[in-house]
Amino acid sequence: MEINQALPTILHVDMDAFYASVAELDNPQYKGKPLVVGAGARSVVLSANYAARKFGIRAAMPVGRAQRMAPHAIFLAPDHKRYSEISERIMEIFSKYTPLVEPISLDEAFLDVSGSEKLFGTGREIAIAIRKEIETQEGITCSVGIATSKFIAKLASSRCKPNGMLEIAHDRVLSFLHPLPVSEIWGVGPKTNEELLRLGLRSVADIANTPRQTLIRALGEATGSALYELAWGRDYRDVITDEPEKSISAAETFAYDLENEEEILREYLRLCEKATSRMRARNLRAKTISIKVRFADFKTISRSKTFSLAINGTQETFAVVKQLYKALDIGGARLRLVGVGLENLVESEGVAHQPLLGEREIGWAEAEAAVDKASARFGSGSIRPARLVESESTPSSEQETN
Amino acid sequence: MKFTVESNVLVESVNWVSRSLSSRPIMTALLGIVIDVSNEVTLSASDLETAAKSSFNADIKEKGKVLVPGRLLAEIARSLPNKPVAFVLDNNRVLVTAGTAKFTLPTLPINEYPNLPTMPENSGFIASDVFATAINQVAIAAGKDDSLPTLTGIHVDINKETITLAATDRYRLAVREIQWQPNNLDIATSALLRARTLADAAKSLVGITQVSLAVAPITATERLVGFASEAKTMTSRMLDGTFPPYRHLLPSESIAQATIEVSTFLDSVRRVALVTDKTVPLRLRFADSKLQLEAGAGEEAQATEELSIIYNGEAIDIAFNPTFLMDGLHAVGTPFVHIAFTGSNKPAVLSGKNEKDGPTADNYRYLLMPMRYAS
Repeated sequence: MEINQALPTILHVDMDAFYASVAELDNPQYKGKPLVVGAGARSVVLSANYAARKFGIRAAMPVGRAQRMAPHAIFLAPDHKRYSEISERIMEIFSKYTPLVEPISLDEAFLDVSGSEKLFGTGREIAIAIRKEIETQEGITCSVGIATSKFIAKLASSRCKPNGMLEIAHDRVLSFLHPLPVSEIWGVGPKTNEELLRLGLRSVADIANTPRQTLIRALGEATGSALYELAWGRDYRDVITDEPEKSISAAETFAYDLENEEEILREYLRLCEKATSRMRARNLRAKTISIKVRFADFKTISRSKTFSLAINGTQETFAVVKQLYKALDIGGARLRLVGVGLENLVESEGVAHQPLLGEREIGWAEAEAAVDKASARFGSGSIRPARLVESESTPSSEQETN
Repeated sequence: MKFTVESNVLVESVNWVSRSLSSRPIMTALLGIVIDVSNEVTLSASDLETAAKSSFNADIKEKGKVLVPGRLLAEIARSLPNKPVAFVLDNNRVLVTAGTAKFTLPTLPINEYPNLPTMPENSGFIASDVFATAINQVAIAAGKDDSLPTLTGIHVDINKETITLAATDRYRLAVREIQWQPNNLDIATSALLRARTLADAAKSLVGITQVSLAVAPITATERLVGFASEAKTMTSRMLDGTFPPYRHLLPSESIAQATIEVSTFLDSVRRVALVTDKTVPLRLRFADSKLQLEAGAGEEAQATEELSIIYNGEAIDIAFNPTFLMDGLHAVGTPFVHIAFTGSNKPAVLSGKNEKDGPTADNYRYLLMPMRYAS
């Protein structure tokens, strides 16, 4: 037990069907009925409540398909502004219990409550208090996993959804972990999963009982040794608060694959606008611009370019993105996702940039600053590049990651 | 194949052709130098973009043609003692002997060697030192980004007796005009050539008085430019693409002008720029016969310096990338630099001046876009 005292207590808090729960909250007449967030036959499901999930509806599925699975379900458009508001208040609740909060997304965070136990009680007691406070204050539920590592805490929260709580004590980690299928391990995607099945490794216990060297030979150094460690429940990553923003990215999954270059470049421009305006709002500039392309067969490639001078303009960034995309020379290939990444971020303050010869004094930078101001006042999208105005934006599930 | 030649003749010839050797060729034959012995000895090498040939007289005993490893031949040639050098083909190997030094070179299959382009018809002559200087003056402004290939080139615009060389990486533009003697006085053509290739060729022009320029006509199947001097020739493929129009960028008027001694200015820029990295702006304030240089800000290291200069016009604050500024100061090639300003956020034009009070040389202009602070 001596060792256990040195072990941290980590909570993983995950809102239950967040977008759908907020939609139920705002439309009480639909409560308990199958409800899907993601409207328009050509867009994809962003979130589905548990009544809708009974019909097999899952996130990222085309709305058209979901409609065929449950024709009577209610389909609502997302309200991103509302989600961020609620998310902010929930994060505030977390911070009352511990300063060590690591938000993963709007509806999910790790909390290290090791130092809070004297003040607020055990991890389990803190989890109960947080769950109660969120439900009372916001009217929606969450699930909490409690463990001595992030990996196990996250696994635990996913095993007690919805509206549940699961604590895995340190001495129970292996008996909890080993019977699980390998696909439950963090980082095991369809490809690695297939590889593991080919090796006859189905459960986490199978991985744990395979020599580390064998795993490394089959999966490569990084994946092989990481899997082996996780299979033994060993995960020493800390909860990192306030991680300085290393990159900003925006990606778009199309509900139907795009192949028209004009259309693809329009999406890239939209993503550039989105990512760079977020970067400008934080007073940052990027030295590295990257693009991501996922083909219809899920093959994904990315390319990047680094400059000595950091940039922050939509048009400047788009020019680089366009060049990177054109250099791929994949005209006509069917794409299911495109993404833009801004990396190597530096503070804008006092940063000079080198304009092009003949660039107008009042140029894109000033125009974009004006657009950002207007967006702050009238909502994003109130002013946008002309080539983005005409067409309805492509059906999509948008992902934003920091 | 069997011949004997003076080592200095060999070295000069090998040096000329080895510039066209590619280190990572798409076919192994291109790693070699062809030695073709007939009435004279001709060496040739190519990386497919450029091809170089050089011929010399030798004491020829037996004709023949072989392909030998290029880098090895170049290194051997440079390290030989100053004695006559004998080449003899012995089965599949070439024996090279000079004094007491003996080398054996393997041969490469010569039938795999591609046909090299022939020199286009001669278009005229240029003084080689003028040409070399001009190339160096503009090459510094050429882009280094291979994803924008047209900007890695030098645009050569030939109009009657004037050749205008220009290069830009979009942040600065260097333009140089030179005079030449065209064979056809009404010639009007242009070419885009890789700046690196031209700069390399310029290095080899030392010690030669005149170079002949051969530009393949626009209608030719292969767009080539050839350079020839005495027994040395080089051809280079033109770059594809259209060089951006640049003449409208050159301002015709200015609001203020400065004249500064280049060596003291360069020393100051170098010192002040020490406190920052190469891409952080150097801030300059021109006012009342004074130039203040400043770099760094806030809690970082800072440096300032002040110079006495000749200055006409309203005070101006302007910021430059120090590397770009130093490139321009080196390139004017005169003891004094004349800088014409068109505004704090507009391009400044550097040109040369031989004397403080003398006229401004208008055959070279280096246009530099100032840096701007994020607002």
